[in-house]
Amino acid sequence: MTSATDDATGPVLAADGTPLKRSLNRALRRQKLRALMLVAPLLLFILITFILPIGDMLFRSVENQIVSETLPRTVVALEDWDETTGELPDEAVFAAFHEDMVIAADQKLHTRLGSRLNYEVSGMSSLFRKTGRRVDRMDTDQPFRDQFIDVDKDWGDVETWSAIKLFSPEYTPGYFLNSVDRTLTPDGIEKRPEDQRIYVSLFWRTMVLSFTITFSCLLLGYPVAFLLSNLPLRSSNLLMILVLLPFWTSLLVRTSAWKVLLQDQGVINNTLVAIGILSDDGRLALINNATGTIIAMTHILLPFMILPLFSVMKTIPPSYVRAAKSLGATDWTAFWRVYFPQTVPGIGAGAILVFILAIGYYITPELVGGTSGIFISNRIAYHISSSLNWGLAAALGSTLLALVLVLYWLYDKIVGIDNVKLG
Amino acid sequence: MTLKKIMIGTASCVALTAGAASATDMTIVSWGGAYSASQQAAYHDPYMEANPDVNIINDESSAEAVAKLRAMNEAGNITWDVVDVVASDAIRLCDEGLALEIDADTQLAPAPDGTSASEDFGDLLVSDCFIPQIVYSTTFGYRTDMVGDTPPTTVCDVFDTETYPGKRSLEKRPINNLEWALLCDGVAKEDVYDVLETEEGQAQAFAKLDTIKDDVIWWSAGAETPQLLADGEVVMGSTYNGRLFALIEEQKQPVAMLWDAQVFDLDGWIIPAGLPEDRQQAALDYIYFATDTQRLADQAKYISYGPARASSAPLVGQHAELGIDMAPHMPTDPENAKNTFLYNYEWWADYRDDLDAKFQAWLAQ
Repeated sequence: MTSATDDATGPVLAADGTPLKRSLNRALRRQKLRALMLVAPLLLFILITFILPIGDMLFRSVENQIVSETLPRTVVALEDWDETTGELPDEAVFAAFHEDMVIAADQKLHTRLGSRLNYEVSGMSSLFRKTGRRVDRMDTDQPFRDQFIDVDKDWGDVETWSAIKLFSPEYTPGYFLNSVDRTLTPDGIEKRPEDQRIYVSLFWRTMVLSFTITFSCLLLGYPVAFLLSNLPLRSSNLLMILVLLPFWTSLLVRTSAWKVLLQDQGVINNTLVAIGILSDDGRLALINNATGTIIAMTHILLPFMILPLFSVMKTIPPSYVRAAKSLGATDWTAFWRVYFPQTVPGIGAGAILVFILAIGYYITPELVGGTSGIFISNRIAYHISSSLNWGLAAALGSTLLALVLVLYWLYDKIVGIDNVKLG
Repeated sequence: MTLKKIMIGTASCVALTAGAASATDMTIVSWGGAYSASQQAAYHDPYMEANPDVNIINDESSAEAVAKLRAMNEAGNITWDVVDVVASDAIRLCDEGLALEIDADTQLAPAPDGTSASEDFGDLLVSDCFIPQIVYSTTFGYRTDMVGDTPPTTVCDVFDTETYPGKRSLEKRPINNLEWALLCDGVAKEDVYDVLETEEGQAQAFAKLDTIKDDVIWWSAGAETPQLLADGEVVMGSTYNGRLFALIEEQKQPVAMLWDAQVFDLDGWIIPAGLPEDRQQAALDYIYFATDTQRLADQAKYISYGPARASSAPLVGQHAELGIDMAPHMPTDPENAKNTFLYNYEWWADYRDDLDAKFQAWLAQ
């Protein structure tokens, strides 16, 4: 009796005597581990070549150790200084600064710091360069304050010192504020002067243009994809090659071809003038503006819309539309109520693909966009390769990434991310 | 077994090429195109002839040199030996500690008459890390068939859209454009940077540019203006003088130079900081050879940029293929250099970030 109850309530055992649950878990774990080992090379590859470098780059948007590392004593000494009094720091700060600068100039670090602070206050670059050259020759027995002011009167300016103090913490929100046209001041966060605000409007323009490009890709790509999936194989293959051919052509070649077509003295304008639709001085401005960017990028990104649409449309049995029609639906109803809803996963996939690609594009806008057709990525490229302000570039990049993630989240809420299919 | 053999074979091949590479290869970074070709003919080929164990590899990355050098420096793996950059980039690299400091008098060749290198280069040694090679200028070219009987004579004609209707192309950056705007708004040449330092001065420059804003096509690559001129898209445009020379003399387009208020700029060599001792020594040896008086004069045979040494100027001869005298096409030729403007490097290093933001905001308005 007792043993029977035990059998009924006790754990079920596997053949080797261990509880079946545990044995099963172990087997599953082993299976998962094996699966993980199979993907491990790819996982490691992505981690090392993609996640880590991007993480490192994004981290630069807040990193600011350079000030406290180059001027450790000055930063400590400045803690007691109250910039709101409008008075210069005391002699102790200048002495600490002298000590720091001698070491920095010896290791050639002062000019790098100058470039960093120049992003915040114009003139810092030459101030540090000049001071670094003279700091060795200063008389250590005399008060340093006058000697520094003697080198450059900017050392007698409270603004110089409050900028150093403001950017002395190891991490700064300064780059992020800059990326949304704000700036860090001793009185808190302020909007940048009106004549220096560029980034918010650029982000907005990037979004609007990317949406426009996605939409025009959909408008042009949908009928093509429909044709491709419904024509007999012979003609649809030919059409497919026509879709893919530009896809295989170099991006620069295609962009330059658009220049030839669209410019004032270009093929389109000349033809329109020749057949009398336009007057000679009423030529259309099709390039070096947002129109140029939209036209060229729609063309370049079109295959990314057509291909997912095509592969989804291919899977829709033609019998559905025939069934709808035989039940009395008009052509339009059959299309709109029966066919179109089944292509939504393809539209979703194509739209996401085109939009994400468009938002990060930079070479085409740079070449055909003039001033009103450039994207935020053009400024990111400028700060990476020209101004060397990598912190700001990283902040702009992070903001763009965050914007894309928000849009992705919205898409998931409205359409549902499960409802995306590549075929 | 076979696999093992193959692997051993491959490994030894790699080791061999790697060994050969470290012994002889020297990577020189430059701008590509006609410019790199002129360096190949004037510097690389003679150097390799004199030093048969050195093999020079060309890399055309000068446009991204600053960013790439910083990335290499952070990664601790510098693959370049000598890099050709413009002076403002050299100053930036020097400031960032990414370029080697070079003492002109001990590490560069003196002039044939014994003048020291620092005196021969003179004011053109704008940074401790920079060895100037050529003087180029950013100047205007115009379509001779689109300006009627009165070709433009001063830079201010660029701002005169009444007499010279049509588009103009200007570079998409504040540098040079703000200076020209102020010069044409009545500011004296020597006061330009003092005026530009003030808020009012900057507003004045932008206001002057406002008057032609609707007529401007902004370029970002040096090849754009020559193309726009050739297509008749613009009536005049700024670009580097060497590009205009190629357009006028080699491609025979109806274009002429407007040398007035040309802005001199410098291009030259830097050696990346942090190279291993032997490669640094090799790079310095190359620099010593490539920046001597004769070599700098030789480069002018292939491209219309002025040599940076004073002692090279009298040696400038004829174009290697066209056979025309190169001296009248040099930006430094007295006839062309009647009214010139020297780009103020220090000033722009300070104000570039600030004015660039303002310029971009102005463009977007």
